[in-house]
Amino acid sequence: MHDPLIIAGERLGSRLFLGTAGYPNQSALKAAIEASGCDVVTVSIRRISLAGHATDTLSLLSGHRILPNTAGCETARDAVLTAELAREALGTNWIKLEVIGDRETLYPDVVELSGATRQLVEAGFVVLPYCTDDPVVCQRLADCGAAAVMPMGSLIGSGIGIANPGNLELISRRSPVPVVVDAGIGTASDAVIAMELGAAAVLVNTAVAKAADPVAMARAMRHAVEAGRHACRAGRIPRRGHAEPSSPQLGLVGS
Amino acid sequence: MRITINGQARECEPATLQELWRSETEHLDLAGPRGFAIARNGRVVRQLDWGSTSVAAGDRIEIIRVMPGG
Repeated sequence: MHDPLIIAGERLGSRLFLGTAGYPNQSALKAAIEASGCDVVTVSIRRISLAGHATDTLSLLSGHRILPNTAGCETARDAVLTAELAREALGTNWIKLEVIGDRETLYPDVVELSGATRQLVEAGFVVLPYCTDDPVVCQRLADCGAAAVMPMGSLIGSGIGIANPGNLELISRRSPVPVVVDAGIGTASDAVIAMELGAAAVLVNTAVAKAADPVAMARAMRHAVEAGRHACRAGRIPRRGHAEPSSPQLGLVGS
Repeated sequence: MRITINGQARECEPATLQELWRSETEHLDLAGPRGFAIARNGRVVRQLDWGSTSVAAGDRIEIIRVMPGG
């Protein structure tokens, strides 16, 4: 692949990461994954319940790189144990690290997050922390050994889009590790904006899963991420406060 | 004996983690433990070691599985 995304030395097949939760049914999930062209798919780790969940999620995800998350954890301790359980269940040392500090906004707790990042890196994990769109937080997480940082576009599941484009551009320009914009993407144009700002990749779940047509939205996201990446590399023109004619000014017809 | 499984106190007599896993997942009709993991008292026990790991009174056991997620 031209212009590959590399995280922790691994060459990924797409700059779109897709979440697997909340689809209308299993066949919609499977078709959306295919339409998205994604390589990385995310999953969660949950206690089994006697009520049972008979469907085997993993069978739907074969051929894809599975990135487990620690969604719902509120302490570094719980997140570390969840990551260790995920490694055992899936045979991967990659972990999307989430440590939530507030249940209403699902805002990351950056103190717990950096502690957990450090512990997991020391234990041999490839850590991708979900974090605030704060350049200093992203730098600190990279200093802790994060393989990528995942700053929020906006609140998880909100569909608000990119709340702070200036920060994401700054983070993308300065980050020593790839920046994967996670959370808040509502539609394809949001993914384009994230990529144009310099993100290395985008993670989308709810915008696809809850779209009226998840498969069509997955396809739109695929093209959006590609278009945004191309535009970023092409280099946009500077914004001007006045008009600049695009047609030649010489040889005009008439007087 | 009394053990805690996934946060709930339970009265049961599994000899090993393997036996406990079998009884807890019987209803799921599984081919194998792929996508599952167990922690005993805060430490993950490798699947290979489930059969040789005994369960003691007061143990806190977590049994997880992979689920859809974002």
